[in-house]
Amino acid sequence: MSEKKEIDPKAALDEILSKYPPKVARKRAKQMVINEVGENEQVPQITANVRTVPGIITMRGCCYAGCKGVVLGPTRDIINITHGPIGCAYYSWLTRRNQTKPKSEEDDQFMTYAFSTDMEDSEIIFGGEKKLAQAIQEAYDIFQPKAISVFSTCPVGLIGDDIHQVCKSMKEKLGINVFGFSCEGYKGVSQSAGHHIANNQLFKHVIGNNEDKPEGKYKFNLLGEYNIGGDAFVIEELLERCGITLISTFSGNSTITSMEMAHHADLNGVMCHRSINYVAEMIEQKYGVPWIKTNFIGPESTSKSLRKIAQFFGDQELIDKVEQVIAEEMDKLIPVRDAIRERCLGKTAMLFVGGSRAHHYQELFNSIGMNTLAAGYEFAHRDDYEGRKVLPSIKVDADSRNIEELEVEPDPVLYNPRKSPEEMEKLAAAGVPFKEYQGMMPDMKNETLVIDDANEWETEKLIEIYKPDIYCAGIKEKYGIQKHGIPCKQLHSYDYGGPYAGYEGAINFFKEIDRLVNANIWRHVKAPWMKDTSPTLEATYNA
Amino acid sequence: MTMTQEEKEKDVSRNACKLCTPFGACLAFKGVTGSMTLLHGSQGCATYIRRYMISHFREPIDIASSNFTEDTAIFGGQKNFGTAVENVIRQYSPALIGIATTCLSETIGDDIKMLVHMFKKDTEVENLPEIVHVSTPSYNGTHSDGYYSTIRAISDTLVEKTGFCTDNVNVFPGMVSPADLRYLREIISSFNDNYVFFPDYADTLDGPSWDEYRPIPEGGEKIENIRSAGDSAGTIELFSCLDDKNSAGKLLEDKFGVANYRIGMPIGIRKTDAFIDALERITGSHAPAWLSAERGRLVDSYIDAHKYIFGKKAVVFGDEDMVVGITSLLSEIGITTVAAVSGGKSGKLESEIKRNNDASCDKAMIMDNSDFEDMAEAIEKLKPDLLIGNSKGYMLARKLKIPLVRTGFPVHDRFGGARIQHVGYRGTQQLFDRIVNAIIEKRQKDGDWGYTYM
Repeated sequence: MSEKKEIDPKAALDEILSKYPPKVARKRAKQMVINEVGENEQVPQITANVRTVPGIITMRGCCYAGCKGVVLGPTRDIINITHGPIGCAYYSWLTRRNQTKPKSEEDDQFMTYAFSTDMEDSEIIFGGEKKLAQAIQEAYDIFQPKAISVFSTCPVGLIGDDIHQVCKSMKEKLGINVFGFSCEGYKGVSQSAGHHIANNQLFKHVIGNNEDKPEGKYKFNLLGEYNIGGDAFVIEELLERCGITLISTFSGNSTITSMEMAHHADLNGVMCHRSINYVAEMIEQKYGVPWIKTNFIGPESTSKSLRKIAQFFGDQELIDKVEQVIAEEMDKLIPVRDAIRERCLGKTAMLFVGGSRAHHYQELFNSIGMNTLAAGYEFAHRDDYEGRKVLPSIKVDADSRNIEELEVEPDPVLYNPRKSPEEMEKLAAAGVPFKEYQGMMPDMKNETLVIDDANEWETEKLIEIYKPDIYCAGIKEKYGIQKHGIPCKQLHSYDYGGPYAGYEGAINFFKEIDRLVNANIWRHVKAPWMKDTSPTLEATYNA
Repeated sequence: MTMTQEEKEKDVSRNACKLCTPFGACLAFKGVTGSMTLLHGSQGCATYIRRYMISHFREPIDIASSNFTEDTAIFGGQKNFGTAVENVIRQYSPALIGIATTCLSETIGDDIKMLVHMFKKDTEVENLPEIVHVSTPSYNGTHSDGYYSTIRAISDTLVEKTGFCTDNVNVFPGMVSPADLRYLREIISSFNDNYVFFPDYADTLDGPSWDEYRPIPEGGEKIENIRSAGDSAGTIELFSCLDDKNSAGKLLEDKFGVANYRIGMPIGIRKTDAFIDALERITGSHAPAWLSAERGRLVDSYIDAHKYIFGKKAVVFGDEDMVVGITSLLSEIGITTVAAVSGGKSGKLESEIKRNNDASCDKAMIMDNSDFEDMAEAIEKLKPDLLIGNSKGYMLARKLKIPLVRTGFPVHDRFGGARIQHVGYRGTQQLFDRIVNAIIEKRQKDGDWGYTYM
């Protein structure tokens, strides 16, 4: 299977585009590029974060999904009420396999609940504010949570319910934090708008609420980690072994209390750049906490991230400890990786997922000798593909302009730059650059395909043309891909698997990929009697 | 003892026991050959419904969307509608496009009839597919209503009367599994070669591997067959918790004089008997011997298992029609239904349970328009021995340390949701065996002795 004839990527793209009407083809052509990495990591421009063509089956979800499902979904001690008819709450009811570990049995854990105002006809006509206020009251009466948040769905925006006013008055009445997200599904072009809205409201209503300074020598926040399949537990354990104090995670295995203390950390690590970079930026502007890009998917990236954190704090004790942990972990990892590498060498993968995952997981495939033929994001922006260096040149279109950009000023009391500009420059020169993400494309080989917002048709064609050994996407794509005899690994929810983060997670992933790409089931797809295509037999059938 | 949400004056839904209306439409449209669904509204609805259906059926399911953005929400969906329909035709060459409206387009008030008309007038596409529109605002009704309305909308759009009367039968199944549908087709075809049976998603949602890419999976009832439903001798509706205004059977009766037999979901002996009786009456044929044999084996097993299950207490939950069917089965086998719960709100749950049961259900708490927390609170003191319903009941089963026999939709914490059987003698047999074994397994697990001989 690993012997593949050379495929001309240009011809492949032309073939895919040929089915579209001219206007659609022109639009899609800009979202499909052949990678070429030049000097200073220069890569071709790709169009991203633009509307999906109606009637084309996209992998994308909506603004509400990005806000409620992704960013707020994994926080266990807040009650999230979906304001709208029942569907949206039902479909986002713990479907992302976020895990959480309350510290004790008494601790609040509301993630197994799906709260909704279950709007009816009458509320659509006469307004749903009264019902929302009563729902907040009821949720409070039953559970006495620390905080309640409200998420608007499509009809709410249209009928004009002022959820923020309702939240404000309920906050005063109940004496707990109550705040809302105007994350109606039609906003923006994908989940991405919802991430931004979630970031804004967390920054406005949560971060900085707790003035108690936490203990800890090296205080760190992990941003953009959502604890799918237990990833956060692995990362937490690694950081702890190194002696790094994790103040908060946005938002895997998190609590609202931990988020309130985020501004006490001295360094932010951004994992999923797309979904959380706004919070990182705003915390820096208001409190002076700098951020670096970190990534705990893949052994190399994990080591690099740990080293960067150690270098930032610059304490020899921490640097030594990090090196010790890395050495211990790599000792366990190398024999497994090398054995699996022998069986997977030269096989090929495609990754179409998320806003960071399509990038991060390529390293895991590289480690076992597998090549990425094509990759793309569902809801990313150009900076996630080409790197933040293109940020000044990104044109803001009407869909993005509708999402609020918060104006953040340094806090008169709490603003405290953790490093001087000179120190930061020095660190950057030494390999710890701040506010930097170089994007996915510079890490991909030349002549590979990069496709934004890939759809069903394109997926089918890519599979037909390239016949990859594995295709990574989500559950919507999974079974269509597997109909073709190609295994699909879900990188949203990890199927039933995980954790895949850190060294322990990498071992899990290697084993899983080995099992998938070397499975024998595909040879049984055709029954023995169907394989016989002798002319006599066919003639008999046709007779 | 019926408790409705009005009486409880509850404003927050905690863990709903129902899905949204467009979901039902998407499921029903999968039961027609060459059909493709387009949700007119935000793309999130199509994505959410796809990912949810797929987690149960584990099959590729394509649902298109007209991808509203903020300006579409303000200015209306006409432009997106036309583009979406054209792109669906181009990619899928469907025989039928099912258009279901979401909350968004319903709230704006897009006039779909007009949009379809304009599209047909303006388009350059030749050989247009059938276009069926169903109105499914999810603030009005549940997925069951969406499912029934869609059957009605398909019938209303496609069915014609040729003036030629036949002894054909129309059968509209409820929301059951592909395995159920496959078996129902087997039963119906043993009475008459000619029949109309839809929605039949047996193959579209539970199919084999492919040699080549299929934009639309094979399977479903053929459009030509559906057209002929007005000539049939009778219609059987295998559901009963619905309003006449959502009923395709009633529509065919009013429009074409096709007698409607509303049987309900044929779970258990009596309800399957009623189904078979209706088939006999409409087609004039007799039940085949194999069906009698299946019935015989089922009755025999009821007798044999009586010692394990008599007097046990069950809580049944899920879609109203399935709840009615399962409570009917329980009353036949000596298990007491202590609570019957659904998020549905047809207003028929109680009367249908009473109609299909003997006195054993008299003391049951019957709760429609309820969610899982209402159910948890209500059954606290009832000490049930088992739960029967979908995967969403697992949390409660875990808390109560009692078995959950998985039925209906969604089943996403077990493998093979598409192959769980419920209806007819054979399906009841499967369900019955699973119920009995759940009780035996619990007893074996909790017992002190570790006996292998139960």
